[in-house]
Amino acid sequence: MKTKFAPLVAALTLFAVTACSSSDSDSSTQQEEPTGPVALTYWSWAPNMDKVVAAWNAKNPNIQVTVNKQDGGDPAVTKLLTAIKAGSGAPDIMQAEYQKIPTLVSSDAIVDIAAEVGSVKDKFPEGAWSGVTLGSEAVYGVPQDSGPLMFFYRSDVFDKNGLQAPKTWDDYAAAAEKIHKANPKQYLGTFSSNDPGLFAGLAQQAGGSWWGVKGDAWSVNINEPNTQKVAAYWGGLVEKGVIDNKPMYTPEWNAALNDGTQVGWVSAVWAPGVLEGSAKDTKGKWKAATMPQWDVAAPATGNWGGSATSVTTQSKYKKQAAQFATWLNTDPEALKLLAGTANVYPAANDAASVLTSPPAFFSDQPDFYTIAGEAAKVTKPFTYGPNVNVAYNAFNDAFGKAAESKKATAFTEGLATMQQTTVDDLKNTGFTVAG
Amino acid sequence: MSLITPARRTTATAQAPAAQSRPAPRRSGTPWMFLAPAIVLFVLFLAAPIVYAGYLSLRKVQVSGLGLGAKSRTEVWAGLSNYARSLTDPEFLPSVLRVGAYGLIVVPTMLGLALLMALLLDANRTRESIGKFARISIFLPYAVPAVVASLLWGFLYLPRVSPFNDALEALGLPAPNLLSNDLTLWAVANIAVWGGVGFNMIVIYTALRAVPTSLYESARIDGASETAIAWRIKIPIVMPSLVMTFVFSLIATLQVFAEPMTLRPLANTISTTWTPLMKVYRDAFTRNDIYAAAATSVIIALATFILSFGFLKLVGRRAFNQED
Repeated sequence: MKTKFAPLVAALTLFAVTACSSSDSDSSTQQEEPTGPVALTYWSWAPNMDKVVAAWNAKNPNIQVTVNKQDGGDPAVTKLLTAIKAGSGAPDIMQAEYQKIPTLVSSDAIVDIAAEVGSVKDKFPEGAWSGVTLGSEAVYGVPQDSGPLMFFYRSDVFDKNGLQAPKTWDDYAAAAEKIHKANPKQYLGTFSSNDPGLFAGLAQQAGGSWWGVKGDAWSVNINEPNTQKVAAYWGGLVEKGVIDNKPMYTPEWNAALNDGTQVGWVSAVWAPGVLEGSAKDTKGKWKAATMPQWDVAAPATGNWGGSATSVTTQSKYKKQAAQFATWLNTDPEALKLLAGTANVYPAANDAASVLTSPPAFFSDQPDFYTIAGEAAKVTKPFTYGPNVNVAYNAFNDAFGKAAESKKATAFTEGLATMQQTTVDDLKNTGFTVAG
Repeated sequence: MSLITPARRTTATAQAPAAQSRPAPRRSGTPWMFLAPAIVLFVLFLAAPIVYAGYLSLRKVQVSGLGLGAKSRTEVWAGLSNYARSLTDPEFLPSVLRVGAYGLIVVPTMLGLALLMALLLDANRTRESIGKFARISIFLPYAVPAVVASLLWGFLYLPRVSPFNDALEALGLPAPNLLSNDLTLWAVANIAVWGGVGFNMIVIYTALRAVPTSLYESARIDGASETAIAWRIKIPIVMPSLVMTFVFSLIATLQVFAEPMTLRPLANTISTTWTPLMKVYRDAFTRNDIYAAAATSVIIALATFILSFGFLKLVGRRAFNQED
């Protein structure tokens, strides 16, 4: 029987040996001074990121970065957390979505690089910067791209109904009603219970910030007046029946965008890519605008999507890694490459200067990126907490029920459920919850 | 080896009478060697994961402070608190009741249809070519993976992309929204029935084929009609197969997951805790709480065990006595 196990034992021993040998240096905060060229690995899922990095490698022979292409935000985080648990296998640099940063910090996967990045704060809008600081003094990454919310609409339908792009949410509601009355099959939008990220962005625009740090405790403010206003507004529209209540990103929704049943979309700067895939028959009929506002005097927007470049706890060369992350997201040449070849909308304030030609689907709107730039500048700050996944999941279930019931009161009740679930989860895990 | 042993024993008996009552305690490793691959696989891939799940269900993560610094998360013993949380979760009982209702729809419908089709096919034994075609076409849906089947049906259910809705509209009839609150359960059950009838039909049909035709001949001589033959002879004879397919269906019902999971993003009416297994999935992979997921899994496993063995014990004697 012993001989039966021999190959298995050998394999396990080999595995253990390799696992140990690759993590023989302890991951203390002591910075190792490199004696020769430094090799860094970088996990990213942005297309053509290797071409952007090639520009850095050409200029920095002593810090060579290798891109390791990932499938996307969720799988990359799962892989990183596994590598952190295993003690080895993590990259030096990691693309991390804003809403995942608290989870990654909490799992000891990414480090504070405040000392290494220095004064880059001014190069980013406040909204993006708050995503990497979690409202503290620490800096857990350099903002890379952002998804400022924008409003997209079918200009032909608006013209036919004698409508202008809505300036305020009241305008939006009036337009939705008019369009639906003129053609009962048409809707200006839908409330999607599948997209908590969009709802968080809408709450952000209204001035909500769902988590916060108070000393040694987290606070949760999902069921607060600003978010309540947003929930009641959308619930009201759904109850009236002037917008649809079906989720987005379904075959039905794609068909509705393409056949002119859905004639508007509150989305983010990356929407052209989605519309190109879902609504290709309507090319040239769409227009982009800044978001409808709650207060025209103080324009604001929220975020839907976006990520930062972070340095992992397993990196031996944190200083060099932070140096690369800073270059990648602030250097004009890098920004140009990011926007042009990697197809991301850079978070940096300078982004507008490198984005000149509009995306293909909006080719007759040359000022597309000017509008996007205006939107990005007024992105409100928003702090994500350590259990975004729990809150988002609670949104799916609570607002699924609410949307199906078509009652505005159910929408505000949904917020109370989200708040309760999120707080309970924090307390259950041992967090101190303030307030 | 077996050739040598008797010879040895005779010499042993001759020399020491004491050894006669107890044969030489020479232990052979041979059976173990043959068993080893099975035991290793069983331990590695079944026993160990079960034990580990049981262990995880008694643990939890404890965070200190803001949970942001290094080493701020530690795993500690949780006692039975995960079980308490699972059982008192406001979504747990509704999901169990929902699965109960789902089972009440699916199991009788699916087995009833399977039995009916098996009897029809069997009644038509002489026309083999039609029977073969019918058998394959009834069985075919079983070969379609549940996820694919759910996607196919999902497209048919969605009002805007469903050809049925176009057809109903053309006829001037109101098209029902099959993914609304009232009908979702039926919509999910329909996929399971569609996919499951074929397999159960084959099991019952195979049992019917084993019945000697002489039984039917004598029944006919006694003046029994085809219906009477089905009720009095065929169904009692295939009862063990029905019991078996019932237990399989019961287990499949408790584990319903792929169909509602695939339909979920298409509609508002299926929550992420729609069935108990979906709750396990949500806890483990959406909430990163493998401890609560492990506890719920253990509860589901126990319930499955009790229900299936309880049922077998209940009907066992009656069902299997038929074979005597």
